[in-house]
Amino acid sequence: MATRTATAPQPTSARDSLLDFLTKSWAYLFLLAMVIFFSATGTGFFTVNNFSNILVTSTLVALMAIGQTYVVITSGIDLSIGWTVGLASVVSARTMRDLVNSGMDIAPAMIIGIIAALLVALIPGIINGLLIGRVRIPPFIATLGMFGIVRGAAFLLTDGQQVVGQLPDTLREVLRAIGSGSLVYFIPGQGIAWFARPEGLPPEVIRGVAPLLPYPVIITAVVVVIFAFILGRMQFGRHTYAIGGNEDAAIRAGINVKNHIVWIYVLSAFTAGIAGVLYLFRFTSGAPQAGEAALLQSVAAVVIGGTNLFGGEGKISGAVIGALIIGVLQTGLVILNVDAVWQFIVVGIVIIVAVLVNQAQAALERLKANV
Amino acid sequence: MSEQWKKTENPILEARGVSKFFGGLTALDAVDFQIWRGEVVALLGDNGAGKSTLIKCISGVYKPEQGEVIFSGRTITHQPPAAIRDQGIETIYQDLALAENLDVGANVFLGKEKKSRILGFIEVTDDDYMRKEAAKVLERLDIHIPSLKQKLVNLSGGQRQAVAIARAMYWNAQLVIMDEPTAALGVPEQRKVLSLIRSLKEQGIPVILISHTMQDVMAVADRMVIMRRGKVAANLMRAEANEELIVKHMVGTAEATF
Repeated sequence: MATRTATAPQPTSARDSLLDFLTKSWAYLFLLAMVIFFSATGTGFFTVNNFSNILVTSTLVALMAIGQTYVVITSGIDLSIGWTVGLASVVSARTMRDLVNSGMDIAPAMIIGIIAALLVALIPGIINGLLIGRVRIPPFIATLGMFGIVRGAAFLLTDGQQVVGQLPDTLREVLRAIGSGSLVYFIPGQGIAWFARPEGLPPEVIRGVAPLLPYPVIITAVVVVIFAFILGRMQFGRHTYAIGGNEDAAIRAGINVKNHIVWIYVLSAFTAGIAGVLYLFRFTSGAPQAGEAALLQSVAAVVIGGTNLFGGEGKISGAVIGALIIGVLQTGLVILNVDAVWQFIVVGIVIIVAVLVNQAQAALERLKANV
Repeated sequence: MSEQWKKTENPILEARGVSKFFGGLTALDAVDFQIWRGEVVALLGDNGAGKSTLIKCISGVYKPEQGEVIFSGRTITHQPPAAIRDQGIETIYQDLALAENLDVGANVFLGKEKKSRILGFIEVTDDDYMRKEAAKVLERLDIHIPSLKQKLVNLSGGQRQAVAIARAMYWNAQLVIMDEPTAALGVPEQRKVLSLIRSLKEQGIPVILISHTMQDVMAVADRMVIMRRGKVAANLMRAEANEELIVKHMVGTAEATF
């Protein structure tokens, strides 16, 4: 830290501001570059169908990354949300199945199933929060413990099976209509259609019909906007940053840090719960391992998006970009016919580069403030 | 020793016979301490003399076993730190207790954010208001920070010290306690902090200053309270103090020479 009193505003050269722009928005630029790259090389990448497919695929990681961003800003980590996704999908699937089988109408059964799943998903969040916020167990340990507990609980609810079986066809149909449906469909050469896939078209046109605004994407977008707003504009968000920046300072400023931490982990479990319910809608089945692979991807998305693992810095928009980068990479590599194993390697490299760029950006900011 | 430091009016803060024990150790032994409005009092003493313990008994971090602390005529002896702060005793610790990832406005208002409503019911933080108010206080302290949107991590040590003081002032501190405010700073920054202490004094806000830097103490303190082994060894006005005398009191050889 320089020790002089810098008072005059610093003149920034064009090169500095370019560098600044590049380090701050590199994730966006990287995403754009990848889309262009895959569009140029991969046949079938640059289609409405594929883009909407990438968006839908990314919702799982994006939703988990929203809660994870809050957690990481407070310099925590939530390892349990992968299985919380699975738990929520299993609970919603079982509840809906059993209610429909007992004669309830589909709509109320679905609503009760969704609420039950979200409530059950909050339980690991509350326990995480109490252990971390009040008992002061390190987040890594508390959520690692919860990782195992929730995993076991989810499998108990499926009697050890990989999926919740025997969902009634009537239920699956409605689930699919929402989970695989879209508000708007794009019909090549004919414009758009609302709410449902248009019927009675010639087969060659049918193939080109693509969902423009899939419901899972809309739902995720709403959740993103709400939680980005809370983090960026509301007192809860401000306190989240303050705790991550200097917990002592937050305590001395009268912020109820213990309670706040509890809320953070509840929030994290909540967005995982939404992801779990959405999983049921998309795949018409509840599976304990629904979010298993997405857990580390959510952490990766958060890091790629510029959130500092030591806390205090981060944005929801960054996490969403991070989730999209992972989604584009995976889809693009598949379309390019690259061995799936390479996905891991590429994503791994991107994570490390992300941290390097973010560190460079912080150093640059300090330099500019003190020169 | 002269008694000219005593004034006829009531002190804004008074500690009467305060004792604090840690196990068998007597950290404070029936200490009397006073500070009057507009006064800068330096608290001096060797390591373990009881300076920090006294400060913590005043700010509520420690509960003294004996004696009482009276602030503005009310006893605050066994109140929790938050309650004592709310009454206007602001302690600025060495680590400053700032969120360095936030800007000046956010830090001045930390925990007491000013809010405005959008759409009539959604409460958002009013960042512009907080920045403007922070700027006003900084102006009063004659501190210039290039951009108030700057995160604190990008400010110099002296500027951060100023933000901590600005926060205390904004929330109407009646007494500011500073623990080694210049310890981590370069020379120009140290001067700035000393002038901050002077401007607090000019505004009638008394300051208790813990410092090891004799120059700082001689530069700003009106009075020096020297502690040794948990007791007040001496109370010196600046006019009668010099480094040699202070050190003698600190190490306990002064009585012999008088």
